[in-house]
Amino acid sequence: MSTPLLAVDDLHIALAGDKTTYGAVEHVSFEIGRGEAFGLVGESGCGKSITALAIMGLLRRPLSLGGGRIVLDGQEIQDSPAAEMRRLRGKRIAMIFQEPMTALNPLSPVGRQIAEMFVLHEGTSWNEAMDRAEEALRQVRVPSPERRIRDYPHQLSGGMRQRVMIAIALACGPELLIADEPTTALDVTVQAEIIDLMAELCAAKGTAILMISHDLGLVANMCRRVAVMYAGRIVESQVAGAIFATPRHPYTRGLVDSLPRLGERSRRGQQRLREISGVVPSIAAYPSGCRFNPRCPAVTDICRSTAPEITALPADGLVRCHHHG
Amino acid sequence: MLLVLARRLGNFVPTLLAVIALVFLLFSVLPGSFISGMNEDGRSPIDPAVMERMRKEMGLDDPLPLRFAKYVANIATGDLGISFRTREPVTKLIGVRVWPSLKLVFAAMTFAISVGVTLGFLAALRPGSLLDTVSMVTAISGLSLSQFWFGLMLMYLFALQLNWLPSFGYGDGGLRNLILPAVALGVGPMALLARTTRAAVLDVLNADFVRTARSKGMSERRVVEWHVLRNALVLVITIVGLQFGSLMGQAVVVEKLFAWPGVGSLMVDSVFQRDMPAVQGCILMIVLFFLFINTLVDIAYVVIDPRIRYG
Amino acid sequence: MKWGSNTWVGGALVAVAISAAILAPWIALTDPVMDANLMNAELPPSWQFPFGTDAQGRDIYSRIVYGARISLTVGIVSQICNSLIGVTLGLTAGYWGGWWDDLVSGTTNLMLAIPSLVFALAIMAILGPGLVSLVIALGITSWSYSCRIARAQVLSLKSQGYIQAARILGYGDLRIMFTQVLPNILGPLIVIATLGMGGAILAEAALSFLGLGIRPPFPSWGSMLSEARDQIRAAPWLSVFPGLAIFFTVLGLNLLGDGLRDILDPQSTTRRA
Repeated sequence: MSTPLLAVDDLHIALAGDKTTYGAVEHVSFEIGRGEAFGLVGESGCGKSITALAIMGLLRRPLSLGGGRIVLDGQEIQDSPAAEMRRLRGKRIAMIFQEPMTALNPLSPVGRQIAEMFVLHEGTSWNEAMDRAEEALRQVRVPSPERRIRDYPHQLSGGMRQRVMIAIALACGPELLIADEPTTALDVTVQAEIIDLMAELCAAKGTAILMISHDLGLVANMCRRVAVMYAGRIVESQVAGAIFATPRHPYTRGLVDSLPRLGERSRRGQQRLREISGVVPSIAAYPSGCRFNPRCPAVTDICRSTAPEITALPADGLVRCHHHG
Repeated sequence: MLLVLARRLGNFVPTLLAVIALVFLLFSVLPGSFISGMNEDGRSPIDPAVMERMRKEMGLDDPLPLRFAKYVANIATGDLGISFRTREPVTKLIGVRVWPSLKLVFAAMTFAISVGVTLGFLAALRPGSLLDTVSMVTAISGLSLSQFWFGLMLMYLFALQLNWLPSFGYGDGGLRNLILPAVALGVGPMALLARTTRAAVLDVLNADFVRTARSKGMSERRVVEWHVLRNALVLVITIVGLQFGSLMGQAVVVEKLFAWPGVGSLMVDSVFQRDMPAVQGCILMIVLFFLFINTLVDIAYVVIDPRIRYG
Repeated sequence: MKWGSNTWVGGALVAVAISAAILAPWIALTDPVMDANLMNAELPPSWQFPFGTDAQGRDIYSRIVYGARISLTVGIVSQICNSLIGVTLGLTAGYWGGWWDDLVSGTTNLMLAIPSLVFALAIMAILGPGLVSLVIALGITSWSYSCRIARAQVLSLKSQGYIQAARILGYGDLRIMFTQVLPNILGPLIVIATLGMGGAILAEAALSFLGLGIRPPFPSWGSMLSEARDQIRAAPWLSVFPGLAIFFTVLGLNLLGDGLRDILDPQSTTRRA
């Protein structure tokens, strides 16, 4: 098998509190192949976003890298000096964020913000960069790009702003695009367009995608493999179809079950949507043993005392549960 | 853009008129505020016949709206009345003092901005460091100082003990005389600017779009130059504009302390001597200046922030 | 800075000032006005006179301690006055809206166009010098800020539907204002009041220094400074100690206000930015 583009191995991210240090993310490992679309799913606060920031080297106080390796194309980058990380960012790994409204500089025309990429990484002149920015806008299907490059972010709609962000991210042809909840802040109708656009552009350029979302359905549609995170740990990882058809971890099962389905008749007497009872624990109060145990319908004594190990599943899958299957 | 500008400027005139009305009400209408003041300045009481003549002369028996109209008309033509004390036109009295006051205020503001903004900026780039703590302690101390007391202390140290600078007076209008009063006056705004700049820059540094800039692979220095500065500037300009107002207030005291021949010290003297036309004139002058500065700030906003331009 | 240290240090300083004011008759060494012995004129600090004596031979330390009474009283009273005016106007303006709101907002803008010290000076020009006119002048010229905050808070609550809900329940206007709105703005108001007191003390000092406020021989910190000014060369301690008293008291109020802001108003509606 060829070397994966990105390999995250036993990643730990620490959060410095007032008196102690918490383990925000622990034992996280996954691999993304060249040109592959990989999904990372979980509720808010499970650590998926900071995992992405760690890969980019953008962790700031009070977060810091606590251990593990991040390997990009065979080269370890977790300890790289700042200057080297800067060279990577934008050029080899790019990232787009959730809130297009606040993610763009309000005082700078959008064309300039795209052109910055060319000037920064490829040393082009501003004039040439602006031309290329116009072309980039055309690629993300923004109408009348020649006029739009002079617009300011507040003059664009949310969907257009996100297109601008995609244009910025893909400007220098990165090998990996990390998308952190890119459509959560958008209208439902626009969501699908943006996802399609991303998938199409990345497929055309051979860019791998790390798609982060709380929406299991969205991720499973777009990605070849999906990993589910809970309370800072990966609890399950399988091929997209298998995650839906045969979820092995009670949490994943809960997520899949909670999706309302059109046309599904409710079982006799069942009036409510199915939910996972309880709430996500706060980082300062992670339960001992398996972190899901207070909310797990299949919990037993061993779950409360011992943290489960990883069990391998067919087709490169894995699950972290005492009672998988 | 012009439309937005026009709307902003449109505020200027009504506010000015309102202030003129307020000053008029306070000084010319309140019973006894205008004429009877002359009886209380320690000199012998004025002969009622003289008072009567003065009333007619100043048109104090005319109906109110007429008086106000005349007042505004006078101001528009630059006539601020005749000083009770020196019998000279108030405009002349004030005119010769405008330049020294402007010098002082601008010098103080320059000091405040250059030291305050720099301090706040550096402190924000290194939060929690020694520099940060020292800057912020200095800032809050600066806010707690009595500016004229600070001026007094400066005077004692630099003029009387070390003999580096003249202790008071305008002198030949040169820089040496300007330094102490400007620093004494500027220390308050400097402190506030340091704090506000620090907060503004910290806010921007944590903003989403700065995170985006970093994710593009920009060096921290570039991030600061290209993205942070302009955005923080918007917030800082508000404060600078507001601070001019309080500067003018404090300038009154600092001018008196340093015997600086400005509008402020004239106002204080006039208050003591119950020279009402002069007091009115000084207030109007000060307010006019402040309003002017605020309008400039508004215009600066429109230029810098495209959200307002194309709002 | 941790919120803790601000509040404690500030609170301690303010407590010292207030205690000095209250306990003045017991902790002062002499009578501040009457005990004037020209034989003791302008003595530097010593065991007998911890802060030295002034031109009339009065003990500076005692004068400062008594001066705390005057300065703090003026500060507190004028600030209460300002807050009352500001809150009443702001609350009612935001609540009832319409022409009243226009009037209040217009007046607030007008007030903000005139520097408060200049305005106070003007009022003292009309009323003449003295303690009463000082308190009046200071008490009616700084209400704009609390007015704005109160009004903004009312409007925000309005948009959230609290007020409408209360009306539907049959609450009268006054009751709504007191039980719904006021508790919400109490936090920011306390912060503004604390910081405003510092400003009032500085303003009183300035006006007294100019000779318009408290006049000699009464020992307000500001009037002590105006007396000291001419003796600066011969007796610098006359200027240093009253100024330090002002400085530490106002510093305490500022620190306390900052600390309170972190506790009571974390969204910083009171940050002047």
